[in-house]
Amino acid sequence: MTDSQPGTSPVPGRSEPGSVYLDHAATTPMLPEVVEAVTDRLTTVGNPSSLHANGRAARRVVEESRESLAQSLGSRPSEVLFTGGGTEADNLAVKGLYWSRRAEDPRRCRILASAVEHHAVMDSVLWLAQHERAGVEWLPVDAAGRVAPETLAAAIETDPHSVALVSVMWANNEVGTVQPVTELAETAHRYGIPIHADAVQAVGQLPVDFAASGLDAMTVTGHKIGGPLGIGALVLGRTLDLTPVLHGGGQERDVRSGTLDTPSIVGFATAAEIAAKTQPERGAGLKALRDDLVERVRRAVPDVVLGGDPHLDPDHRLPGNAHFSFPGCEGDALLLLLDARGIACSTGSACSAGVPQPSHVLLAMGVPEDLARGSLRFSFGHTSTQADVDAVVEAIVPVVERARRAGQNGTRA
Amino acid sequence: MTARLKVLAAMSGGVDSAVAAARAHEAGHDVTGVHLALSSNPASYRSGARGCCTREDAHDARRAADVIGIPFYVWDLAARFHEDVVEDFVAEYAAGRTPNPCLRCNEKIKFAAVLDRAVALGFDAVCTGHYARLEDGRLHRAADDDKDQSYVLGVLDAAQVARAMFPLGDTAKSGVRAEAERRGLAVADKPDSHDICFIADGDTRAFLSGRIGSRPGAIVDHAGTPVGRHDGSYGFTIGQRRGLRLGRPAADGRPRYVLDISPVTNTVTVGPAEQLDVRSITAVRPRWSGPVPTAPLECLAQVRAHGEAVPAVAVRDAQDSDETEDIVTVELRSPLRGVAPGQAVVLYDGTAVVGAATISAARP
Repeated sequence: MTDSQPGTSPVPGRSEPGSVYLDHAATTPMLPEVVEAVTDRLTTVGNPSSLHANGRAARRVVEESRESLAQSLGSRPSEVLFTGGGTEADNLAVKGLYWSRRAEDPRRCRILASAVEHHAVMDSVLWLAQHERAGVEWLPVDAAGRVAPETLAAAIETDPHSVALVSVMWANNEVGTVQPVTELAETAHRYGIPIHADAVQAVGQLPVDFAASGLDAMTVTGHKIGGPLGIGALVLGRTLDLTPVLHGGGQERDVRSGTLDTPSIVGFATAAEIAAKTQPERGAGLKALRDDLVERVRRAVPDVVLGGDPHLDPDHRLPGNAHFSFPGCEGDALLLLLDARGIACSTGSACSAGVPQPSHVLLAMGVPEDLARGSLRFSFGHTSTQADVDAVVEAIVPVVERARRAGQNGTRA
Repeated sequence: MTARLKVLAAMSGGVDSAVAAARAHEAGHDVTGVHLALSSNPASYRSGARGCCTREDAHDARRAADVIGIPFYVWDLAARFHEDVVEDFVAEYAAGRTPNPCLRCNEKIKFAAVLDRAVALGFDAVCTGHYARLEDGRLHRAADDDKDQSYVLGVLDAAQVARAMFPLGDTAKSGVRAEAERRGLAVADKPDSHDICFIADGDTRAFLSGRIGSRPGAIVDHAGTPVGRHDGSYGFTIGQRRGLRLGRPAADGRPRYVLDISPVTNTVTVGPAEQLDVRSITAVRPRWSGPVPTAPLECLAQVRAHGEAVPAVAVRDAQDSDETEDIVTVELRSPLRGVAPGQAVVLYDGTAVVGAATISAARP
């Protein structure tokens, strides 16, 4: 968030090859402090589960990192279970809670999840439906993509004893909508039902406090906050039982086996500490850039539709998220044309073998399919600059004009 | 020094299109790779390394683009492909004709849907791994006769040819494999694709029978005498000898071939080889990439992808309404066998393609 030109980010080569990187929601550059912490540890031998001096030294690093991470996330150290990333943590939360809750009471086979979940939650739930006889209810969202606590209450009320768990993400990866997690947790708890939230996108951009949120389980990951890839955690309330997904050496409370990745764990804790400490200024800085982009894109392309919550404050929307739908355009054509100009962004939707599908998030919000297909997500992060915004604003009119000419599905009738 | 063009390279995941894209890139063009997703359910089309449109092929194409160092995208043309190629294929067979879906795909998908979108997005040309040459704006046979694919490109009109780029036209395929190896493209030893990409197991008759259903009818000899039964005339191709399952041998004991398929009476006629000889062809829906003939044209005519080209005279019977309504008659100076309605007749002037039309009738 300096005045540097695109392509002149503080760490050489960081933003190469695209000079304008606005896809931080996909992954964000590793912080220099993280690189240092990880590389410091890479050459030191020691399995944290070993009893000898090397093992003890590694264990100490892991446990100090766990304590640091817990402090950054407002949880207790014993509530942090390290995983191989956000997807694994989501799988563990959804499947593990479903199995343990159903084992306690066979009536509990209903899963309530928002209709705008990340695929890591959505596909875990669908897998349970197909293979474990789970009943699935997708909680409807409003036009902004938000689940109302009353919606959750009504879904539970139809048969409270049959609900195994609730899962609603903290903040949406595509449109940035922030869910009322505290109210949703209160609602679930009125019926004694555990609730999980995927907070992968929220950490670093919003104040995230596990204890204050009332959540029972929360997914976090390293690489969205300037930490390493391939490391994440499930924060799991101490009183909850979870059936393991990965079996083996019994690490991580016997819930997640596998040798702990000490260098990544220390890097993750370092990134989380910086994210928590700098969150207020970081959030404000991202919001300033994002607001500027939204205002200027709207001026340049008058018929653009801002996806997600129109309220741009951090109670409603991630400060680093801008989501646009351009009528008459195909998202992948927009992306191709921006990519050719060195601007990296995302269509925001999932791909099947690289084939863009209209986003389930937008469809759940009631966005017409045609409009949903012409969507782009720009997401800001710690290396973003005003020059990045200027570059998009300069490119957007010719790019949208060209994409419109190419039309939807790219084909003449 | 040729101009630097913005080129869209269609990359199937095979060796030819990968090397074509690499050559276009090396020639200094601004190349972007695109893999065409032609099935909405990628696993349902041919799996394994032989065909196209599998997830593995998309991955291979992406890998090749990464190695070349060009941007790469997947374009979803499944709906268009299904409608313009697969449905047309089934309808043509149901009507007793023998379509070539590869020509149809080039005409309607690669050099229409894809080309249109590419031009709209600011590209100058579409590059493919076809073996054909472009010279002074004309489409020619490839340098290597064995690899020549000008026949399946014969349906392109002049505007389509003007936007096409075929960097492999001058080379032999063995050379292309070695070149792929040299360039570090992992597809170098991938087997060639064969047959029809959307028929997963290569069993065209079973595919058609699943789509059209059983339509039993008679097999008769050239005198009209019933000699057998069939489950659907779509299962036969003119010139076919095998799989006729005739109950009675021919009176003269000689092999019999499919001579005619009549969808109206649902009758398949069989007879001796010499009755397959065709000397006169009527064809419709002409497409010209060369000069549109205004007088009888001395040319070479070819009716199959790897068939022989024979000397012929083509006459365009111009219709008032529209050039595409014209009828072309082709008198062959030496006979061709196995000429079936639905096939394309491609006309050449030496090595240059003049045009193509869809065969509607063939006579001895």
